[in-house]
Amino acid sequence: MAGVWVLVDHEAGNVRKVSVEMLTRARQLARELGQMVSAVFLGSGYERARERIARFGPDRVLISEDPVFEETVTVAQVDTLEALLKEEGPEVVMGSSVPFTKDVLSRLAARLGVGVLADVVDLNLEDGRLVGTISAFGGATTVRAALKSSPQLILVKPNSFVPEEAPSSPEERRVSATVSELGRRARVLGRVVQRAQERPAVEEAAVVVSGGRGLGGPEAFRMLEELADLLGGAVGASRAAVDAGWYPHTHQVGQTGKIVSPQLYMAIGISGAIQHRAGMQTSKTIVAVNKDPEAPIFSICDFGVVGDLFKVIPGLIEEIKRRKGA
Amino acid sequence: MEIVVLAKRVPDTAAEKRLDPEDKTLDREGVESILNPMDEYALEEALRIKESRGGGDTVTVLLMGPDSAVGAIRKALSMGADRAVHVRDASIHGSDAMATAYVLAQALRKVPADIILAGAESTDSRTSLVPAAVAEFLGLPSLTYAKKVEVGEGVVRVHRETEVGYEECEAALPAVVSVVKGINEPRYPSFKGIMAAKSKPVEALDLASIGADASRVGLAGSRTEVLSFQPRPPRQKGEVVKDEGDGGVKLADFLQQRKFI
Ligand SMILES: Cc1cc2nc3c(=O)[nH]c(=O)nc-3n(C[C@H](O)[C@H](O)[C@H](O)COP(=O)(O)OP(=O)(O)OC[C@H]3O[C@@H](n4cnc5c(N)ncnc54)[C@H](O)[C@@H]3O)c2cc1C
Ligand SMILES: Nc1ncnc2c1ncn2[C@@H]1O[C@H](COP(=O)(O)O)[C@@H](O)[C@H]1O
Repeated sequence: MAGVWVLVDHEAGNVRKVSVEMLTRARQLARELGQMVSAVFLGSGYERARERIARFGPDRVLISEDPVFEETVTVAQVDTLEALLKEEGPEVVMGSSVPFTKDVLSRLAARLGVGVLADVVDLNLEDGRLVGTISAFGGATTVRAALKSSPQLILVKPNSFVPEEAPSSPEERRVSATVSELGRRARVLGRVVQRAQERPAVEEAAVVVSGGRGLGGPEAFRMLEELADLLGGAVGASRAAVDAGWYPHTHQVGQTGKIVSPQLYMAIGISGAIQHRAGMQTSKTIVAVNKDPEAPIFSICDFGVVGDLFKVIPGLIEEIKRRKGA
Repeated sequence: MEIVVLAKRVPDTAAEKRLDPEDKTLDREGVESILNPMDEYALEEALRIKESRGGGDTVTVLLMGPDSAVGAIRKALSMGADRAVHVRDASIHGSDAMATAYVLAQALRKVPADIILAGAESTDSRTSLVPAAVAEFLGLPSLTYAKKVEVGEGVVRVHRETEVGYEECEAALPAVVSVVKGINEPRYPSFKGIMAAKSKPVEALDLASIGADASRVGLAGSRTEVLSFQPRPPRQKGEVVKDEGDGGVKLADFLQQRKFI
């Protein structure tokens, strides 16, 4: 049975937003193709994920909660997917274009001798052919690309599609995990949480509030965190701020950091060097606050304020609180 | 121990990158190119592993790329790599991530390796697909996005970076490990290193010598196909106001008008 498969990205059953974005798009494509959508859930916590997956309308969910997926690294997922693909022969397999899932589809592609489209921000059928849109070189170029091999493996960037609910009662099928000897050669010894995740991840957030050298130190990032919380967003940072040790480098935006494409990007005390722009210039709306009217960031922003961020941002925070209260 | 570092040549990070309208591959003419910054972290880690074990190991840099990539190879040698293997062949041009990984894996069948280090991503294609695919082609485990690497007897232990911290993992050697920025502080080549690099061996290999199937590489052998591309239209400069004490309020007006508040 052919079909469109979506690998559910989740953490112990907490389904990430990108998963429901993919399910939404998969449903639309499957309708055009006259095919079924299967969600593939590997790992623990299906009970927690169940309701949220069903709300986005897959025809079926394939589930394996085998502990091997948490105990080993990458390969058990590849082994299991390979076995399922052999059995069912789906046409399309989608996964989230984020670090650990990239490994799974990369290895799967190598094993099957097929290609994989990564960093896809849009996916359409053109004359029956699946065409992915990829934003290359930090958004400087938009590429349309397709696969010459099947199954078509596609990695989708978070924030690419707007989730639309379409509740269904999917058939649930328990499948067994397959693990090769290779799969046992890399093990997980433990997971360490160093910072509580209070905000959405930078790459997934609809709003990113970023700070740069202009913040002058780590303290001012507390102010940006407050602003981000008011807007339901994440906090990002320029390399200068990260290199100074003011914010963890997992939050760095730019050529050697994350590429983000939120609905709203706020650059606070950031000059807008080309390497920074490479990580944020595809954002839908860009706002900048900088005391230097010549700062390059102003040439790409939708709205800018020339001024001292230590005056403008507290003013903004106060104003948002006031309007939200009203 | 044989340590191999996968290193890529990329356009300078400050350069505007564009695609060649003819064959839709990255246009490398007239662009300064450098060693992929992420791979400097991998090389630094390799050198540290070697040093911590008494200096008896060999660090080999493996690069697939055109002749003009020798600059990046020299940089790696001057940082302290012992030797380099340069896979170059006219048919390689236009290889996608999977084809690249296939070629590197084929080369690794000729180059002994107990541990293979790579950058977590290249600054031009940024797919992060290559390290895991190289491992798969060779039937080896992969531990990617490492922010700490420790080599023991026949094993490597790493901390794999996650959004909230890390995952502590262990793999049997040989294995592929990719490292993230910030794992270390890459050294600058010393004058002595730069001089020494000139006499270090660089072995050139072509597809035939690594037994690579030419139908799986290059533009034609890649399973992905670029149909078309377009430079993104430049962003329109929007309204910029001067803060007259009301900057926060004006910003709030804008955000509200765009429905962010
Ligand atoms: C290989 C390489 C890779 C790189 N990768 C990245 C990357 O991934 N991401 C990245 O961001 N950079 C990257 N960079 C660095 C990049 O070139 C810039 O140096 C960096 O982005 C500058 O950060 P910044 O804007 O915070 O600092 P600056 O350029 O110093 O700008 C600070 C800004 O704050 C403003 N300011 C100061 N005080 C105030 C105040 N009180 N109120 C308002 N405004 C104020 C100033 O006017 C200035 O415009 C890379 C560079 C290289 C060479
Ligand atoms: N042509 C190449 N030659 C050698 N190593 C490469 C090449 N392409 C990619 N790599 C390695 O794979 C890593 C990830 O690159 P990428 O998958 O392109 O993001 C790089 O940091 C390199 O270590």
